[in-house]
Amino acid sequence: MKVSFFPGCSLEGTAREYGESIEGVCENLDIELQELSGWSCCGASSAHSTSEFLSIALPARNLSIAERSDQDLVTPCAACFSRFKSAEKVLTGESKIDVGISFKGKVSILHMLEFLCREEFRKDIERNIKRPLENLKVVNYYGCLLVRPPRVTDARNWEDPQDMDVLMSQLGAESVFWPYKTECCGGSLVLTNLDIIHRLTGRLLDMAKEAEADCLVTACPLCQANLDTRQEEIGKEKGIGYDIPVFYFTELMGLAFGNKGVGKWLSRHLVDPRPLLESKRLI
Amino acid sequence: MEQKGDKLFKDIVIESAGEEIYDCYQCYKCSAGCPVSFDMDLLPHQVIRSVVFNQKERVLSSRTIWVCATCETCTTRCPNEIEIAKVMDVLRQIHQESGQQAKEPKVPIFHKAFLDSIKKTGRVHELTMIRNYTQKSGEFKEKLKTGEWKNDVKLGIKMFLRGKLKVMPPKCGGVKDVRKIFEQAKEHKKA
Repeated sequence: MKVSFFPGCSLEGTAREYGESIEGVCENLDIELQELSGWSCCGASSAHSTSEFLSIALPARNLSIAERSDQDLVTPCAACFSRFKSAEKVLTGESKIDVGISFKGKVSILHMLEFLCREEFRKDIERNIKRPLENLKVVNYYGCLLVRPPRVTDARNWEDPQDMDVLMSQLGAESVFWPYKTECCGGSLVLTNLDIIHRLTGRLLDMAKEAEADCLVTACPLCQANLDTRQEEIGKEKGIGYDIPVFYFTELMGLAFGNKGVGKWLSRHLVDPRPLLESKRLI
Repeated sequence: MEQKGDKLFKDIVIESAGEEIYDCYQCYKCSAGCPVSFDMDLLPHQVIRSVVFNQKERVLSSRTIWVCATCETCTTRCPNEIEIAKVMDVLRQIHQESGQQAKEPKVPIFHKAFLDSIKKTGRVHELTMIRNYTQKSGEFKEKLKTGEWKNDVKLGIKMFLRGKLKVMPPKCGGVKDVRKIFEQAKEHKKA
């Protein structure tokens, strides 16, 4: 099957292993990702904090390119997804603002998690599992923009989303209960207000520990970067050591599938997940 | 004194964020769920009330509009379907158009660096954007003084060694279109 793919800016940099693992897993599942030709940035928080026009026109440009084909548009970043869905609602509704770009809403906009959790891939995923993730206790972290606000994202269960939980159990991992599935990590303030980041991200790490999880699983480049790269600083501030691996959900799919790229993806993490996986005999 | 042209401040906010703000009955749900309320000088429900009262200076000079993480918890949970996060967006937009100094000046400088990066290359180049932001926000000098730069360099090296820093700016075929969008946004603002 073929879909249009919008990688987003982070996949070329800080979230490289997310991009690589998506490619790997989609290859395993016979999904052809067709990168959107000439895609440009969605504008993220900076556009909607600065100009309503930019907040619609920047994603609209990409949506109109996607609509040249009849394939659904899939993006792995929660922020890009949120901007696309927001623009979709404006462009296909009674818009008060004309950005001069047309999008009729003929193609669906999906986040990569939602896409891979579609019923049609369930059997393919099952078939590909070579090494179930037994004994791995995970907490699933969805973050904000994947689910909120539901009238934009069309999420069904925004206070307690389930996709990642269902997927992780299918892969053989144990999803541990924790109440912070959709609490904010502070991503949009990452460069401007480190105190807030440390507090919000620190709370998530503490709760993951309290839930006795081995690791966190994410579906967003900004969440993963925040949770993975800040552990040393937060630990120093609090006088405790944090050492909790933070995976992209596609990395764990690849691991269960026995994908050959796994070693390379995991080598890019700041908190090295390999000792944990070795102790669980998963690598 | 609260007017821009002949429009009241509250009407400018309502035009973009909706008339629902009049439905606010101060139930506090937005403020109770806000993950950054601990760092705000006006709580989200107070922002809504202040807009209803047309208290332009009070909201625009607040710290709240800049520490809001745009997590959308408030909008999601509001029983009156008020788009509180959207109101915050509009307030930030109005403030940035005013050209005045923000209570948290680094945030608008960040937004500018981010958008400049898109305008230049069509996509955000993380390294260039971070360099521009740290220079223009004064963070570079601050960190030199406090010695904090060492942490940033350490983190940067770790990320570089793991292949997570893209050194060369991205090549985006759509950069001309993107620049046109920025031009149109400027025209739109004037109109």
